[in-house]
Amino acid sequence: VMYCNGFPSEERRVRANDREYNEKFQYASNCIMTSKYNIITFLPVNLFEQFQEVANTYFLFLLILQLIPQISSLSWFTTIVPLALVLSITAVKDATDDYFRHKSDNQVNNRQSQVLIRGSLQNEKWMNVRVGDIIKLENNQFVAADLLLLSSSEPHGLCYIETAELDGETNMKVRQSVSVTSELGDPNNLASFDGEVVCEPPNNKLDRFCGTLYWRDKKYTLTNQNMLLRGCVLRNTEACYGLVIFAGPDTKLMQNSGRTKFKRTSIDRLMNTLVLWIFGFLVCMGVILAVGNAVWEREVGSLFQSYLPWDPPVDNFLFSAFLSFWSYVIILNTVVPISLYVSVEVIRLGHSYFINWDQQMFCSQCNTAAEARTTTLNEELGQVEYIFSDKTGTLTQNIMSFNKCSINGQTYGEVTDPLGPQPKRLDFTPFNPLADPDFCFYDDTLLESVKVGDLHTHEFFRLLSLCHTVMSEEKSEGELVYKAQSPDEGALVTAARNFGFVFRSRTPGTITTIEMGRPVTYTLLAILDFNNIRKRMSVIVRNPEGKIRLYCKGADTVLLERLHPCNHELMNITSDHLNEYAADGLRTLALAYRDLSEDEWEAWSASHRCADKATDCREDRLAAAYEQIEQDMMLLGATAIEDKLQEGVPETIAVLSLANIKIWVLTGDKQETAVNIGYSCKMLTDDMTEVFIISGHTVQSVRQELRSEHLQCPPPPPPPPPPPPSNLMDNISGEFALIINGHSLAHALEADMETEFVSTACACKAVICCRVTPLQKAQVVELIKKHKKAVTLAIGDGANDVSMIKSAHIGVGISGQEGIQAVLASDYSFSQFRFLQRLLLVHGRWSYLRMCRFLCYFFYKNFAFTMVHFWFGFFCGFSAQTVYDQYFITLYNIVYTSLPVLAMGIFDQDVPDQRSLEYPKLYEPGQLNLLFNKKEFFICIAQGIYTSVVLFFVPYAVLSDATQSNGVPLADYQTFAVTTATALVIVVSVQITLDTGFWTVINHVFVWGSLGSYFTIMFALHSQTLFRIFPNQFHFVGSAQSTLLQPVVWLTIALATAICIVPVLAFRFLKLDLKPQLSDTVRYTQLVRQKKRKPGRLGARGGSRRSGYAFAHQEGFGELITSGKNMRLSSLALATFASRHSSSWIDTLRRKKHTHAHTPPSASGECSPAPSCVSGSVPPLSNSSSVLGGSQDTPIEEETGAAAPAQSMQIVPASSTQTTPALAPDSESAAPQGPAQALNAGVLSSSAVRCHGGDSPGGWTLTLGTVQVSCLL
Amino acid sequence: MVKQEKASANRPDNTAFTQQRLPAWQPMLSAGIVIPGFVLIGLAFIGIGVALFVTSRGIQVLEIDYTGVEQNSPCFPCTDQNRKNCVCDVNFSIDTLFQGPVFFYYGLSNYFQNYRKYGVSKDDYQLSGDLSYFKAPSSTCSPYEYDKNNKPIVPCGSVANSMFNDTFKLFQIVNGAKKQVSLDGKGIAWWTDYNIKYRNPSVTPLKNAFNGTVKPLFWSKPAYELDLSDPANNGFINQDFLVWMRRAALPNFRKLYRRITDGDYAQGLPAGNYTLEVSYNYPVLSFGGRKKVVFSNVSWMGGKNEFLGIAYLVIGSMCVFMSIVMLIVYAKFKFPEED
Repeated sequence: VMYCNGFPSEERRVRANDREYNEKFQYASNCIMTSKYNIITFLPVNLFEQFQEVANTYFLFLLILQLIPQISSLSWFTTIVPLALVLSITAVKDATDDYFRHKSDNQVNNRQSQVLIRGSLQNEKWMNVRVGDIIKLENNQFVAADLLLLSSSEPHGLCYIETAELDGETNMKVRQSVSVTSELGDPNNLASFDGEVVCEPPNNKLDRFCGTLYWRDKKYTLTNQNMLLRGCVLRNTEACYGLVIFAGPDTKLMQNSGRTKFKRTSIDRLMNTLVLWIFGFLVCMGVILAVGNAVWEREVGSLFQSYLPWDPPVDNFLFSAFLSFWSYVIILNTVVPISLYVSVEVIRLGHSYFINWDQQMFCSQCNTAAEARTTTLNEELGQVEYIFSDKTGTLTQNIMSFNKCSINGQTYGEVTDPLGPQPKRLDFTPFNPLADPDFCFYDDTLLESVKVGDLHTHEFFRLLSLCHTVMSEEKSEGELVYKAQSPDEGALVTAARNFGFVFRSRTPGTITTIEMGRPVTYTLLAILDFNNIRKRMSVIVRNPEGKIRLYCKGADTVLLERLHPCNHELMNITSDHLNEYAADGLRTLALAYRDLSEDEWEAWSASHRCADKATDCREDRLAAAYEQIEQDMMLLGATAIEDKLQEGVPETIAVLSLANIKIWVLTGDKQETAVNIGYSCKMLTDDMTEVFIISGHTVQSVRQELRSEHLQCPPPPPPPPPPPPSNLMDNISGEFALIINGHSLAHALEADMETEFVSTACACKAVICCRVTPLQKAQVVELIKKHKKAVTLAIGDGANDVSMIKSAHIGVGISGQEGIQAVLASDYSFSQFRFLQRLLLVHGRWSYLRMCRFLCYFFYKNFAFTMVHFWFGFFCGFSAQTVYDQYFITLYNIVYTSLPVLAMGIFDQDVPDQRSLEYPKLYEPGQLNLLFNKKEFFICIAQGIYTSVVLFFVPYAVLSDATQSNGVPLADYQTFAVTTATALVIVVSVQITLDTGFWTVINHVFVWGSLGSYFTIMFALHSQTLFRIFPNQFHFVGSAQSTLLQPVVWLTIALATAICIVPVLAFRFLKLDLKPQLSDTVRYTQLVRQKKRKPGRLGARGGSRRSGYAFAHQEGFGELITSGKNMRLSSLALATFASRHSSSWIDTLRRKKHTHAHTPPSASGECSPAPSCVSGSVPPLSNSSSVLGGSQDTPIEEETGAAAPAQSMQIVPASSTQTTPALAPDSESAAPQGPAQALNAGVLSSSAVRCHGGDSPGGWTLTLGTVQVSCLL
Repeated sequence: MVKQEKASANRPDNTAFTQQRLPAWQPMLSAGIVIPGFVLIGLAFIGIGVALFVTSRGIQVLEIDYTGVEQNSPCFPCTDQNRKNCVCDVNFSIDTLFQGPVFFYYGLSNYFQNYRKYGVSKDDYQLSGDLSYFKAPSSTCSPYEYDKNNKPIVPCGSVANSMFNDTFKLFQIVNGAKKQVSLDGKGIAWWTDYNIKYRNPSVTPLKNAFNGTVKPLFWSKPAYELDLSDPANNGFINQDFLVWMRRAALPNFRKLYRRITDGDYAQGLPAGNYTLEVSYNYPVLSFGGRKKVVFSNVSWMGGKNEFLGIAYLVIGSMCVFMSIVMLIVYAKFKFPEED
């Protein structure tokens, strides 16, 4: 019972059709705005935002410093040119981003809706809809705002909605208007409706609404049952009218979507820290040099004053030192590269485009390409550790298909050899003109059985055609459309339809079907409706012959108990079949019937009526009545419905979990459904020691459940010192799975239980949270973010996933059928879950790698460049004299060295994309943050400083005594500057050629082009022409020519380059030899063996023996049908419609029956699946495993064919434990390779643990094991 | 058909660029490249190093400090600030023929021509002959912008003001008599400095251009009278002025003073005794500076430069050494070899 408290101050009053009145309250309009700027505010707001960036403010500060002549050691343009460039590039990018936000806002805001204005319906844009308006909705339209349902085209003011967008539940829901308004009906009456609604203020509770309607001096209570929320879709209802209560940002949908947070990557944060450190370093250097200046001025400068008097403001050495500090801050500022941030943005933008352009993430069915909606997160895609996934629409397609069935102990629909010839899809049309052309079934033995008139088969399909609550619609003759309340039911009725038992129409008291071409009308005596406790539904019908029969379908667990004892044998066979189906992750139902005599029926009918009329405990009494008659039933068989997973989901999950990514499923769906999907996408397997289910309703019970499971779980191991042991931990904990319910989760998320929950959940291999609200999804994500310091990714497709998508580090939206809310909130969107592996393992990995390499090189090159000034300071009286020409300083970062490193940052690849997918372990460096961290940073810095030392002291040592061949000394400042600058450009160019691993044409052009541009620009700047125009700007006239013509200068440059590069080269070579990374090894083997191998498919069969029941159904439809409330006259009329095709097609059928030959028994198909499956999936992987496994003695010829590994794999299933000793010698032979040994050890334990179930029927785990082996090695 | 076209509209282009499949060269630091590479680089460096070392060995250098710090040194009397036009004779002898052409440098130590404010203290417009800057020198010249009477200084600034003004005459003592060695002062400055960067105003006579200006404070002669023997060698294109104006990069430097290229000494300075007559004007002792003269000849690679040769030899041998180390390491821990 819901209590509506008074809402004194914040209550909302809405009067229908009275805009003036409603405007007084200034409610939000229906316009949504996610964009940040408009044309006028863009410049100031954007600049303000940009100067909030510490770096930009810093450069502004530098610019101001440079304007002070006493300090200015560099011209102002050395800072303003790069700064302006940086600001404008960022501004252009922000403007483009915002433009697209405007565009998508506009798209939503400009959707059309029909608004009742002054008595007539007018088309209005969504954004112009106001609170208090009455709008008309038509079938399949999105609801524009939160509406109070006033009237509907359906009887009794009923209307059906799909709330998938809101809560992810895809079954239809019924909404009903208040009876007084439902009578209003058409626009004419509605226009005069002036009721006033008083209700709660906007909130985010989707399942609750409290309000009162005041109309004609009467009060009517309003509940959520009367509301249509924004984001829902109207279904099965021709039209309805609603009063806008909440609009735009006040709607429950928007209230649930949370704030847009600006997301930063961990690299961003690290970069900011490092930049701060560099600032500190800069200040330190400034202080050192200022002290040096003080000492020098006191010891030398004061005496040198005859030639160099102190400037007027300087009257002592201390003041000179003070000025010198600032001067050095200016010239050393390039250690914090101004172009860093903009280069990072450019690289990310490039990566985003590659994501957008990727054809392999393009879905041709839905004609959508992947889209990187934010361009700032790419490298974080290479560091993901936790994935939070929605179920419906994300893992599953939300399409149910009738997959298999068992009739009278005979199973049909067995999938044959997956690698053999693809079985033909049955064509039903010649047999049955009313068949649904979209229906797929492959086993023609079932059709044969129907055709030969097998009684059981006929009864089976008759049941399916009668026992349901589906509504039919026949727009034109023969074109049947079923409106099922749950997709499962739709699939079953459609199956019956195709096999010749066509449900045609119904009235409250009859069901008309067409059985094998013959129209039959049954009298519907009763519907024993479904509910969650009964887990079954029945109908009692009287056939035209007058026989009364009860048809029942339901969960095997409940139905098999209620069978007549004579069914014992059949029941055993059927339950075997059921187990098989469940093992395949199918949703199963058992079917049974019972013949009732007229007396039995009369007796029961009386008791039923009595129960129905009861005022107290009606529910219980009804249930008891149902229970009474659903006894001694005869088993007909079982159905298996496939909740179709999206393509490649199990494979993707397998690959991702091999990449050490933990996947949590968060779904609003029911526990049974969620678990079922968990099994079918192989998150849950039979190998799991324990699947914990937490479903307590109270704090205590949840705590208790968590505790008890915590005890069973291995205690979390002490923090492992080196990273490898973490694999071991995963392997130990790999055996547990946790399933938690929404209400339990609410308790588990409370502050005091949080840690307990996290530690338990993280010890489990799979975690499934079901029945969770959108907000809880976000809370779970926040929880992991808070406790684990890991990068999280949330993926979902519905509006119910928006909050989770926004709170995760990375949000991915599936652009499926469920609207675009999730996509709009997401950072990346694509249309298939399986693209996630490519997004993470290929794009993310590359992005991370490129970004890290870029940053390393970037810091290196700037330190090498800048620190030369520091060394020079000791020789020029700490006077802040720059070593280089000021133009060189201006252009170094933005011209001479920018493009090659950008090209590397955008195009570099270490291993090709297929390899990243084949060896998911390649993803690990990103998660462990190995490629760019503080240590790597210091190495880069050290290398940069070393280079700067070489770059200063080598020219110093050489040039101080050197002369030109005409005797002119070379030790003049300009020659020294040109020599050092040239050496610097050449050294950093050589370094980038070493760092670039993937030389495309563009890299070549950029590297050579940069070198070329350096020389070209230098010669231009040192030319006479420019000097003649600005004699005081171009002091270096002629320096380039006279310097670079000297062989000594080139010898100096060569020497400096060699001293800088040779140690790096040697170090890298030795590292590659002594401590190769997995990527190095993969790359090496790749290069050595140019032979291409086809990428493998990870298909495998599961092996779970359990019974499942998942009937995504809702109570209440049976009642609606029998009461006739939802029947329209048209459909009633249709019930008497008779088919014209009936006479001809049964004859065709009979003729065909003789021509059809016996189909060969699928003997080969039954035994072949396992091995063929293995050989289909494993070869490339086992190949790679032996290649990478360090088994140097294995000749390559053995690995090229797919046959050899397949054979070896066939041995494995026999007893997988034997593989452990088989692997051991390998690991011993690889003993010298330290890390490899450790990894091997990890593999051994993992395979030992994972493959313990030697008798497990599935090749799946084995495949997993092998993949694990190959990847770890 | 229409549907197909529509479907292909969103499909990303299948080009090598968009699909990141651009043909690319993927270099790998394989042993087959790195080790021979190191050997080659090493050998090349050793070769160059030997050549440089040998060449450098063949170059003769004679350095004479004439600052006059020690009391017994010939120029000691001239260190007294109050003495004007002090001349001192520095004697030295050469044992073997000093191969010509011989270059004659003066050198200064502990002298900070590379000090930032010293370097900017000049007026480039003025020095390029722009007469308007004769009247109003740029403020960068401060404090050598105007004299006490507020007359503009031309050439202004610290660099010009501190121009080195010792002059030298070299005599060979032949049979007790002084035989002057003719010194060639032409072409000792950079070609661009002489022809482009520094220009006299196009006023004849040059002296008129300097009307209303004063000479730098430390100068004894105005700019237009720097070389009385050669009227073309005056003003801003005086060779000695140009040499001075080209700032040294380091505090110890030498600058070319003269060449010994003609007459009897074109082949070099023969063995014997010499006298260097120094007119000692330039004070350096106040800030601990030193003055010296240097005689040197050059090779293809310029003057004597032992560092370069030795550095090449060291780096070359280190490369060879590293290649051996790498070979050993590689032989021990090589990748699984596959052919």
